[in-house]
Amino acid sequence: MDKNVVNRKGEVWVFIEAVGGRIADVSLELVTRGRELADRLRVPLAGMLLGSDVEGLAEGLFSIGVDRAYVAQHELLARYETHPYTKVAVDLIRRHNPQIVIYGASSIGRDLAPRIASTLKAGLTADCTDLQIGSHTDPVTKEHYKHLLFQIRPAFGGNIIATIVNPEGWPQMATVREGVMAMPEARDGRAGEVVRFTPELAPADVILSLVDEIPAESKVNLKAARVIVAGGAGVGSKDNFKLIYDLAGVLGGEVGASRAAVDKGLIDKAHQVGQTGTTVRPALYIAIGISGQVQHRAGMAEAAKIVAVNKDPDAAIFGVAHYGIVGDLNDVVPMMISAIRKRV
Amino acid sequence: MPYNIVVLAKQVPDTKKITGKAMKDDGTVNRAALPAIFNPEDLYALELALSIKDAHGGSVTCLTMGPPPAAELLRDALYRGADRVALVTDRRAAASDTLATSYILSCAVRHAGPFDVVVCGRQAIDGDTAQVGPQLAEKLGIPQVTYVEAVKDLREGSITVRRSTDHGVEVLKGPLPILLTVTDKAHEPRYPAMKRVMKYKKAATAGEARSAGKQAPAGDLVIEEWNLDTIGADLQRCGMAGSPTKVKRIQAIVLAGSGHKEIRPDPEGIEGLVHELIEDHTIG
Ligand SMILES: Cc1cc2nc3c(=O)[nH]c(=O)nc-3n(C[C@H](O)[C@H](O)[C@H](O)COP(=O)(O)OP(=O)(O)OC[C@H]3O[C@@H](n4cnc5c(N)ncnc54)[C@H](O)[C@@H]3O)c2cc1C
Ligand SMILES: Nc1ncnc2c1ncn2[C@@H]1O[C@H](COP(=O)(O)O)[C@@H](O)[C@H]1O
Repeated sequence: MDKNVVNRKGEVWVFIEAVGGRIADVSLELVTRGRELADRLRVPLAGMLLGSDVEGLAEGLFSIGVDRAYVAQHELLARYETHPYTKVAVDLIRRHNPQIVIYGASSIGRDLAPRIASTLKAGLTADCTDLQIGSHTDPVTKEHYKHLLFQIRPAFGGNIIATIVNPEGWPQMATVREGVMAMPEARDGRAGEVVRFTPELAPADVILSLVDEIPAESKVNLKAARVIVAGGAGVGSKDNFKLIYDLAGVLGGEVGASRAAVDKGLIDKAHQVGQTGTTVRPALYIAIGISGQVQHRAGMAEAAKIVAVNKDPDAAIFGVAHYGIVGDLNDVVPMMISAIRKRV
Repeated sequence: MPYNIVVLAKQVPDTKKITGKAMKDDGTVNRAALPAIFNPEDLYALELALSIKDAHGGSVTCLTMGPPPAAELLRDALYRGADRVALVTDRRAAASDTLATSYILSCAVRHAGPFDVVVCGRQAIDGDTAQVGPQLAEKLGIPQVTYVEAVKDLREGSITVRRSTDHGVEVLKGPLPILLTVTDKAHEPRYPAMKRVMKYKKAATAGEARSAGKQAPAGDLVIEEWNLDTIGADLQRCGMAGSPTKVKRIQAIVLAGSGHKEIRPDPEGIEGLVHELIEDHTIG
């Protein structure tokens, strides 16, 4: 392994995903944690901003705590494509030697980050749910490393949580799941520095051409929902899912689902919560007819309040619930609807 | 025109079958307690490769890196239609992270010969990283398209594929050679063909034949077995030495079990719950 530059004064960088002139939620969430990491390490937090017309987004980044924005603008970066984005990001990283670079585990981040890591021969940990700073002693060499990035992620279908470090293959890089870190708060009067970078790109650097594009239909917005009412296989039928929709309706919430409900065709995949679905952290999560397998819990255990309805008193979902109702959902949900109608 | 297609497939523990018994006391997974299966999305990758061959001719080579029992996966690939298979197996490859794995696989792909299309699954269900495909493409110095669902067109020198991302569906065109990573939204994998099962159940690696006390298989019953020297890999880039990431700690997931408030499933109980949620501003 090439020993990359171990730059202990290096900055913490967040790859800022900007699609359609908007910064992706996952990038904003990364700024929150990036700020904490940078403070721990006493180094600046910087954003890497690539696109054709993105400099205007830098102000917004400063207001949420970013100290510096590396802005690479070029018409060939107008839409995300693996190859020119890799080239420019690698150039920027080589030039400035950040100690940490984090990316959203989005379809863009998961396409781009491994390509960059391979080019730099740097380590990369996928789909982290937590990042921390800590020290590490190599069990074999006994060498002690201070202030490493702990990259914490579920593996083995969510059955274990692994903490990964890369003591030497720097920069330390990770992709982070959407929805696991809080959104940052904007504050007025915070300023930052724009560092412009002129990418050296030629048309030949754009290798793939877009033939056609069908934007996703209005996505179910689970992440922004304050209240989620989720149904599982226990709901039984597509018709019966109406109960779930009705409860979500009176609460002004969004409808979620377990994978078993999706696999059975009771509801569309866009509603799936969990390890292979969306990770959510609403104020209230009501799990109905969901057994609470680890892969489901991985996506909802962070909700502020969890209510579980299940006829099996031993269902695993009760282990993460704040309120448990043991009963048949066909009786309980109508009671909930009428109780809320009465009170609210 | 015919194409040389290489499929990378991995044998993985069936993580769906994980129970308490499959966890060791130290929190690591006891792989031996789990059935080993063909990584689900790699079956879709193989299917995509076979469908290119069906439409245009050519050959499908399936490669895997793993311990000797991974030869089973290669027999399965033969049953389903692969023309040539090879197992990369070497103790020195153990503990490779995705960077080292992709390096070793890149040596194996080059060793297998000229290629037009390399196909990987999007991700393996043990590590769930989805990193090996893009890293392999970079090491081979070829473009990549991830999250592919279908090949729409293939003609001399170029390929058009459909992929789906967080933002919708895209149809992209790119030059050959290229690497694709395939999701389970692609065409359903075909089943092993009975005739091929009869023919290839005797296929084996030299190592398997030796331990069964049989003569090494010949002709197309050979499952090639390569080690890191065969494929010309630089040992510094393999295994532990080539892996920048290290596992510091593994924890088994246990239920939080913080204890919850039991609500009676009757109108009074539920009205009480709604009242509490309004009081603490969770709803209302
Ligand atoms: C790699 C991998 C990734 C996965 N990713 C996800 C994921 O992202 N999200 C996810 O959810 N799952 C995921 N799973 C699947 C997960 O393991 C479970 O299979 C799934 O969550 C189970 O869904 P369920 O609870 O709805 O169904 P079941 O486990 O079948 O549970 C149904 C529950 O409903 C209850 N019930 C039945 N009838 C009634 C009734 N009338 N009233 C009240 N209760 C009733 C039952 O007691 C039972 O507890 C994944 C699995 C794997 C292997
Ligand atoms: N040991 C291996 N042997 C063959 N192919 C592999 C191996 N590891 C990963 N792959 C390929 O890379 C894809 C992504 O794997 P991963 O990055 O581990 O999620 C898999 O779907 C396989 O196609």
